[in-house]
Amino acid sequence: MSATQERPAGPTPVEEKAPSRLVPVGRFVLTLLRMPSGLFGVVVMLGFVVMALTAPLYIHPDDLSVTQATGPLLAPPQHGYPLGTDPAGRSVLLLVIWGSRTSLAIGVMATLLTMVLGATIGLVAGHYQGRTGRLLMHVTDWFIALPGLPLAIALAAVLGQGAASITIAIAVTSWTGTARLVRAQTLAVGARPFIERARALGATDTQLITRQVLPNVMPLILVSSTLTVASAILAEATLTFLGLGDPTSVSWGSLLNNAFMQGAVTAGAWWYLIPPGIAILIIVLGFTLVGRAVEHALNARVQSR
Amino acid sequence: MSLVVQPEVPTVSGPEEGPERSDFWVYLARKVGAAIVSFIMLLVVGFIIFSLMPSDPVSALTRGRPTSDAQMNHLRSELGLDKPLWERFLTFVGHTLSGNLGYSYEYHQPVSTLIADRLWPTLLLMGSSTLISIWLGMWLGIRAGWHPGSALDRSASAVSLALWSVPTFWLGLILLVVFGSGTVAGIPAIFPAGGMQTHGTAGGLALSHITDVAWHLVLPCLTLVAVIFAQYVTIMRSSIIDERGNPYLLTARAKGLRDEVVRRRHAVPNALLPSVTVIFLQIGGMIGGAITVEVVYSWPGLGYLTFTALRIPDLQLLEGTFIVFSAAVIVCNLIADLLYRALDPRVRRQ
Repeated sequence: MSATQERPAGPTPVEEKAPSRLVPVGRFVLTLLRMPSGLFGVVVMLGFVVMALTAPLYIHPDDLSVTQATGPLLAPPQHGYPLGTDPAGRSVLLLVIWGSRTSLAIGVMATLLTMVLGATIGLVAGHYQGRTGRLLMHVTDWFIALPGLPLAIALAAVLGQGAASITIAIAVTSWTGTARLVRAQTLAVGARPFIERARALGATDTQLITRQVLPNVMPLILVSSTLTVASAILAEATLTFLGLGDPTSVSWGSLLNNAFMQGAVTAGAWWYLIPPGIAILIIVLGFTLVGRAVEHALNARVQSR
Repeated sequence: MSLVVQPEVPTVSGPEEGPERSDFWVYLARKVGAAIVSFIMLLVVGFIIFSLMPSDPVSALTRGRPTSDAQMNHLRSELGLDKPLWERFLTFVGHTLSGNLGYSYEYHQPVSTLIADRLWPTLLLMGSSTLISIWLGMWLGIRAGWHPGSALDRSASAVSLALWSVPTFWLGLILLVVFGSGTVAGIPAIFPAGGMQTHGTAGGLALSHITDVAWHLVLPCLTLVAVIFAQYVTIMRSSIIDERGNPYLLTARAKGLRDEVVRRRHAVPNALLPSVTVIFLQIGGMIGGAITVEVVYSWPGLGYLTFTALRIPDLQLLEGTFIVFSAAVIVCNLIADLLYRALDPRVRRQ
């Protein structure tokens, strides 16, 4: 295939002209897919997204309803119920598939919020290096010192049960890492000559940030966001397990919360406890591996320059 | 585990000149000052979350109980809710500093008493699991980092990654259902299903009581260790890898020392330096894991107290545990900063 053609024969000389933006992206994706861990991660990510999006096509609302479900109560895996049933007679397999929708949605929303918050603060703190930047970094450091879960619990408890409060709680506790990363990169980019050139040509601060700095910080934000999705999904599961989630919606955390509260442990209902956790394990592993592979691919690109 | 504070090796900056002795006091004062500022910020955040964000703390307090308007008003003035904001904040700061964390209407006890009662179980659980994780993590991390890419290194990394990707509480649930319920795959209930002691046994320092508590400690401790030790493996591994390329190791080898001696006597002491401080910084992240593990095993500590406060919800109690957890992290970070300087003479000379 084109694999041999794509691989550079050695360190190529740096081109002064800006190449087309799409060529490096294509090459980058190829590098990513050539790594076994990257490929595995991408397949897992896409698999779960497809599963979550297509779930309404083959899961009837009656299957998820506590009153309408027709299966045996809290029964081990058997014909028709490959992963057994819960105490209301619902199929655990269908519940876990349906749960991916809420878990992924909250994970992605919380990550978006985290990135917007973290990137904005990081960019501003890195660009305005005077009093504003110092103050913002102090605030970031204070937030880093606060323990994440107790803060998230406190926030979610005050905001009330529900997906929105969990999303906010996750974002408020996880933006600090992104902010520091983005600030460091902004400082590094700010020292490069093209920023000085743009400034000399009369670019305003806003133009500098959005047109010059942001595109150079973007790859880093991407890496950070895939890793953040992983930890946001974990955090969602933890907060929902503690009972802070929307009690009516089905997510992996709420399944485990139900299982725990309804005595699945003493009943020895391992089929109710294992699947949601395995789902979390696989998807978090997938996002983490993609994040690491992207990081690796970016580093390789930087080194080959 | 999921909401882990990013490990961040403290950087020492500031080009202070002068004799080492006075330098130390400057450093100490600056770090303690920073910790005090953090604590004030913590109080501000706590005040915002628990006093400003709930629309009406009194109706939250009296939820589910028949309360007359007069009683509500009395409670409002008792809590100082009719005073201006700055006065409320100052009262809150004053109370917190004097150890008054409020009154739990659910337990009919002061919050500080409740917290003091639950402190020891949490310290026991976190202390024992931290010690075991540090030992295990260093043992594995040193060996993995010494030969990066070896079978041991790769399997240690894979296990660490897998355990990182698992929610702590889920691991606890699985261990509990397998070893504590006696209903899965014919495995008998080897360990108790929860709590800290067998019901109805006397406390005290009797040997039977101590073994009973230790027996109850096994599963929660194992769960926490499984989740935390991976971080220590990663830290130790990378700091050993950093040391590996140094010329002094070549010298040690040239002297004809065995590989194991080079590692143990020359590489490890230097690699320990950055790890020690990171370990203290990690303790903050452990608290999250401890909360969920205590919930799963109904371990009567601060995490379980937080959980019960959350279910009611008892905001005063939640505020108390939030402040105690956060203050503990601030103290740990301060210790990390001070240790870093005490252990590494190079930092002192800067």
